[in-house]
Amino acid sequence: MNYEMVIGLEVHAELSTETKIYCSCKNEFGFEVNTRCCPICTGMPGTLPTLNEKVVEYAVKMGCALHCDINQVCKQDRKNYFYPDLPKAYQISQFDIPLCEHGYVDVLVDGKEKRIGVTRIHIEEDAGKLLHNDSFAGSLVDFNRCGVPLIEIVSEPDMRSPQEAKAYLETIRSILQYLDISDCKMQEGSIRCDVNVSVMKAGSNEFGTRCEMKNVNSFSGAVRAIEYEAKRQIEVLEAGGVIEQETRKWDDAKGESIPLRSKEDAQDYRYFPEPDLQTIVLTDEFVENIRASIPELPNVKVARYLRDYGLQQIDAEQLADDPQKAALFEEVLAEKKCTPKSVCNWILGDIAKLMNEKNCTLADLSIKASSLASLLSMIESGAISNAIGKKVFDLMQESDKSPEEIVKENGFAQISDEGALLEIVKTVLTANEKSVSDYRGGKTNALGFLVGQCMKASKGKGNPAKMKELLLSMIKEA
Amino acid sequence: MELYNQTAASLAKMLQNKECSSVEATQSVLDRIAAVEDTVGAFVTVTGEEALRRAKEIDDRRAAGEELPPLAGVPVAIKDNICTKDVKTTCSSKMLENFVPPYNATVMERLNREGTVMVGKLNMDEFAMGSSCETSYFKKTKNPHNPEYVPGGSSGGSAAAVAAGEAFVSLGSDTGGSIRLPASYCGVIGLKPTYGSVSRYGLVAFASSLDQIGPFGRCVADVAMTYSAICGHDPYDATSANRAYPQFTVGGAGDMKGKVIGIPKEYFGLGVSAEVHDRVMKAAELFEKNGAVLKEVSLPSTPYALSAYYIISSAEASSNLARFDGVKYGYRTPEFENLTDLYEKTRSEGFGDEVKRRILLGTFVLSSGYYDAYYKRAKLLQKQIQQEFSETFSSCDLLLTPTGTDTAFRLGEKESDPLSMYANDICTVTVNIAGLPAISVPCGNAANGLPVGMQLIAPKFEEQRLFTAAGCYEALTEQPLCPVASL
Repeated sequence: MNYEMVIGLEVHAELSTETKIYCSCKNEFGFEVNTRCCPICTGMPGTLPTLNEKVVEYAVKMGCALHCDINQVCKQDRKNYFYPDLPKAYQISQFDIPLCEHGYVDVLVDGKEKRIGVTRIHIEEDAGKLLHNDSFAGSLVDFNRCGVPLIEIVSEPDMRSPQEAKAYLETIRSILQYLDISDCKMQEGSIRCDVNVSVMKAGSNEFGTRCEMKNVNSFSGAVRAIEYEAKRQIEVLEAGGVIEQETRKWDDAKGESIPLRSKEDAQDYRYFPEPDLQTIVLTDEFVENIRASIPELPNVKVARYLRDYGLQQIDAEQLADDPQKAALFEEVLAEKKCTPKSVCNWILGDIAKLMNEKNCTLADLSIKASSLASLLSMIESGAISNAIGKKVFDLMQESDKSPEEIVKENGFAQISDEGALLEIVKTVLTANEKSVSDYRGGKTNALGFLVGQCMKASKGKGNPAKMKELLLSMIKEA
Repeated sequence: MELYNQTAASLAKMLQNKECSSVEATQSVLDRIAAVEDTVGAFVTVTGEEALRRAKEIDDRRAAGEELPPLAGVPVAIKDNICTKDVKTTCSSKMLENFVPPYNATVMERLNREGTVMVGKLNMDEFAMGSSCETSYFKKTKNPHNPEYVPGGSSGGSAAAVAAGEAFVSLGSDTGGSIRLPASYCGVIGLKPTYGSVSRYGLVAFASSLDQIGPFGRCVADVAMTYSAICGHDPYDATSANRAYPQFTVGGAGDMKGKVIGIPKEYFGLGVSAEVHDRVMKAAELFEKNGAVLKEVSLPSTPYALSAYYIISSAEASSNLARFDGVKYGYRTPEFENLTDLYEKTRSEGFGDEVKRRILLGTFVLSSGYYDAYYKRAKLLQKQIQQEFSETFSSCDLLLTPTGTDTAFRLGEKESDPLSMYANDICTVTVNIAGLPAISVPCGNAANGLPVGMQLIAPKFEEQRLFTAAGCYEALTEQPLCPVASL
């Protein structure tokens, strides 16, 4: 029996606002325990929350990026439960009216676009962290993370394979980074996800019973968790069993999940509107300003590069990942002097290598798009060889001169004049009679050696294609 | 006359004229506390030493020629659910028996800026849940006019202290009548301000959407002065109204001329005693005799208000009080097996019966499957009640009702009957549900010698109308409205 997986994801991303969501504590990671908290975020009696408007702005940004409807009038709600890392014993979140809903995102899987629905995005506060110390029998609580702003992005159950889930997660992450609203550091827990998985018979359109997995801390972990859970469910079904709706805890080290609680034990969070906060009311202007500020997003860019320029997905992704590279790529193309392929190769090849060597950003290299376009056009037209092109590029870094000037001043122009090339070819043939006879004897690779010798004799300036042509005709003539 | 008998307004004048010092006034109040506290039991904590130090500081500043605000040097006392930095804030609960806040409530910051001298923290019903001050974990406060009777609640200590001359003015909090009912029982004036006009930051929350801090005093001017000092926008309270407040004045004998006073008929049914009915109507007639127009009006949803109030307030309380879990501060059970055991034992041992009753009720009405039937309907009813008030105010300047259905009852009389205890709030809860301001003003004594209170209700942010009407009534009565109880 063939089965199909049905996957939905809930992504929690910490927002990189300067201060926390309901107080003025710094939103910073990695400081000594309980040094980034105050009476408000530790829930001291009598304290009250006040909403950080930046959080709303960031969440709406993400909502616009994911094509969501923005609920311009919405509220915040209390989610009530007891846990030591939750000092108020309720989390301020959003229940029935999220800030953003009914959106989608297009992701690329094996070069093909797939649209994943986004059910909702809401804002909420993060909880603290429990610490365990051998010198102390119980647990300790670090409240630094209390009140760190989060958005929860809930997808529709639109993914059908772990690869699609991974592509979705990577796309969400790259958008968060592009918008500069989250650090997305997995190892610091600034982006986390819960995974919902069910299986159904292939071709069916009736979803099976789903299970939710918590504690998935990496994208690769999500893939493993999905594979494990689908396999587990299929085994249960094949053995004639039924899937019980439950929440499970993923253990990445062991590569397995264990039941956490069943549907019957599901907590009743007793949501109700947070009476300490006012209704959120957003003006059309506020939303439109944010919408207008959203740049072309990496997933959209990649799809366009594939469609319009015929790039490989991996190359397109590498360009789109770095907004500066993508910008240079498009500026050079706008000069209409060279092909997308050669621009892409140069940016991801020589330029990236140079960035690595200098350990700098593309902006630090101050490459003029018009100069790069001229250089690439000279290479493509055969005016200079690729090897000379690299030399010219290096020299461009050292002066303000145009590539044309550099070629001229250094006499780099490729020799395509047949008379001059013929002299060189003759000299090489005379000096390498053995190779000539080898070639005639069937060793075709001797030709490559002869071309190399010609290039050497021309100090790299001879047009290699032309010299090869001349070599062949002279060998045949003789 | 002992200094503690003065009103805050008259003491303020004496201090300004250097007829007495703040140290003398404070000592007078501390002596009075020492003399009557065994009988009244209004305080949970008396901060005598700190008060005298503070009074001395104010005296020194005045002596140095500094211009001080009107309340500078006046001894005040604060309900024990308002956070005071470095001074225990217990909410009269075992749960917070030793809780010392690391910060001041906004109202405390404002009073400190004003230069008041805090003499102590006042007893209350545990977490402000109750109408008699009997649910306090520490002690039962007595009515200074007759110690066999309750002072009313939940701000029983705040009303009793002012009535007994143990403070010139005090602060209380009012969620469903917790300022007005004890003011009525103890024969003092108590103001429940418009929701949003006084910051709640630092008030240990009972029901966030209904709670409001307000003052008690023995004359209208004292209440107006204190309200003036504590009201105003606070960026630390998102529900605080960002608006300008006028300079408040106290009305005189002729100031109600032409004003329309609505008499909502529903408030005179509801089990209101004949004596209370008569006293309040006598006050109404006095207003009428002096030029006011009385108009019978109807607020038909009133009989349902109590149910809506207990649903909304308990729902919010169940969430607000969840933080008392033994993890971070307050009481923690000495022995426990695991986390759940810690929670269960701490909360079972730390909270009293009334608080547990409200938490259970609130948890129930918010539970999945019951939310729509209870909480949602109560919120709908709240809208309806607000609507009725706003329609009524289109033809009235003020409303006049009894504050309580009767005078104070005997200690223990209603302790075992929560429903009859809840019914005490029937005239006051609608005001919280609608977010309106209201003041309770004594309007004579009943045959048992205990004070009767009338309630004046105004539209939102129209506290001035209350000070005008109450001041007018004060001016028209021959005896002082709120004499200090003789003990």
